[in-house]
Amino acid sequence: MNATHVGWAGLLGSFVLVVVAIALSFSQRLQLSRSMLWASARAAVQLLLVGFALRLVLDPNAYVWWAWLWVVIMIGFAGFTIRSRAKEVPGIFFLGTASMLAVVVVSLSVIFGFGVFPIEGRTIVPLAGMMIGNSMTACVLVGRRIVGELSEKSDEVEARLALGQSWQDASRPYVRSALRTALVPQIESTKAVGLVFLPGAMTGLVLAGVDAVDAVTVQLAIMYLILGSVATSVTVIGLGLTRRVFTSDHRLRSIERATH
Amino acid sequence: MLAPMGPESTASATPAILDFEAVSFVVTGGPKILDGVSLGVPAGLVTVVTGPSGAGKSTLLRLGNRLEVPTTGVVRFRGADLASVDPRTLRRNVGMVFQRPVPFAGSVRANLAVADPKSTDQEMSVVLDRVGLDASFLDRVADDLSGGEAQRMCIARTLLTTPDVILMDEPTASLDPENRLGIEALARELATEGIGVVWITHDLDQVDRIADRAFVLIDGRNASEEETAAYLTRGMSEEES
Repeated sequence: MNATHVGWAGLLGSFVLVVVAIALSFSQRLQLSRSMLWASARAAVQLLLVGFALRLVLDPNAYVWWAWLWVVIMIGFAGFTIRSRAKEVPGIFFLGTASMLAVVVVSLSVIFGFGVFPIEGRTIVPLAGMMIGNSMTACVLVGRRIVGELSEKSDEVEARLALGQSWQDASRPYVRSALRTALVPQIESTKAVGLVFLPGAMTGLVLAGVDAVDAVTVQLAIMYLILGSVATSVTVIGLGLTRRVFTSDHRLRSIERATH
Repeated sequence: MLAPMGPESTASATPAILDFEAVSFVVTGGPKILDGVSLGVPAGLVTVVTGPSGAGKSTLLRLGNRLEVPTTGVVRFRGADLASVDPRTLRRNVGMVFQRPVPFAGSVRANLAVADPKSTDQEMSVVLDRVGLDASFLDRVADDLSGGEAQRMCIARTLLTTPDVILMDEPTASLDPENRLGIEALARELATEGIGVVWITHDLDQVDRIADRAFVLIDGRNASEEETAAYLTRGMSEEES
């Protein structure tokens, strides 16, 4: 077995750790054994299916359009996932999908425009996947946070409107707070990288036998990309969602009404 | 005691600067809150709107500041339909003070700056003085003010927009008697200065103390003269007993 090939036997070997987790669950009566087994099996099936599909998409002889199609499907799934996690947020499917699209367009334009990575299936799909995955979580967080802030502070927002502020000005302190909440974890994880943990892409490259410094430069490019993606997505969600919560004549809608 | 006034009395000698003309308001998919209410607000007087809980008094006030729009009917400011006026301009002319003081985060100065970011400390001190607070309050944290101080600061914040009309939605409901009387006196002063004050209350003693004109709403409509007389009289008898 070389560094890049785990193999079925290796996979089964790593499953021993899941057995350990299940044993711990039993011993501590956590009643999580079935969930752990189900999650592990489901992850295996999902990832293997994805792996076989990716093998076709990432084949050097495959058309690069298959990779772009894959990205479009990822964006759609991300929209559905965001909606399922933040049902109370008005128009979240449209906004979430739009923000994912913005993330992919902006980030890939930069990364391919500057020639950081070549435009190939093997770069398009994983890069887009990482950006969408990280941005999705931030979008859910910022969407829920904005709705929460504007609902809880509706008296303050209306007091600001009543003083003649525009809806943009009246909502700014609360939207700003929500955006900060969504972005700070990403900034913190960017700061802690290398000191506290080794990120996934770099670990994967090192395991695959790539020189450590080369792996670091790839990882840095990806981290900057993710930071930019998260910032782009939460801003799109933040501005779009806030717009929906107000009328064009600077009145605050009730959140319940805005969902219809 | 103040003479009860019905809807017919709205067409008084003093011309109204804020006019509610047969306004109705229905919550989307919900109940009718207001049903054809008419009311005029002249400058320089305290116009009190009273009535039982749920009569639509607060909603009426929100229509005046355009935080809500009427389902039918028209609200006019100086003759112009509010639908045709920029809401931001309107709200600086028709200010609003809410039932519970709503201080924003930060100092009193920061709060006043929301109303007018260009105002100087001197201008802020003048407006604080009008509401009975001295200039030292500028550096105080707004959240640390007492209920009465916070409500005065909210009134000062509204005054900084130099409104022609101030809509006050039960502004003393959460205050102690001393502060209640102080805010009432302040409303009377503002009226003396030429501002049209609309004051909502269900406290009939308060109606007696501050109203130049009183309107009663019942079930979202103007009470008739008989209903107005009965409401004010019954209320007074209940409180005296």
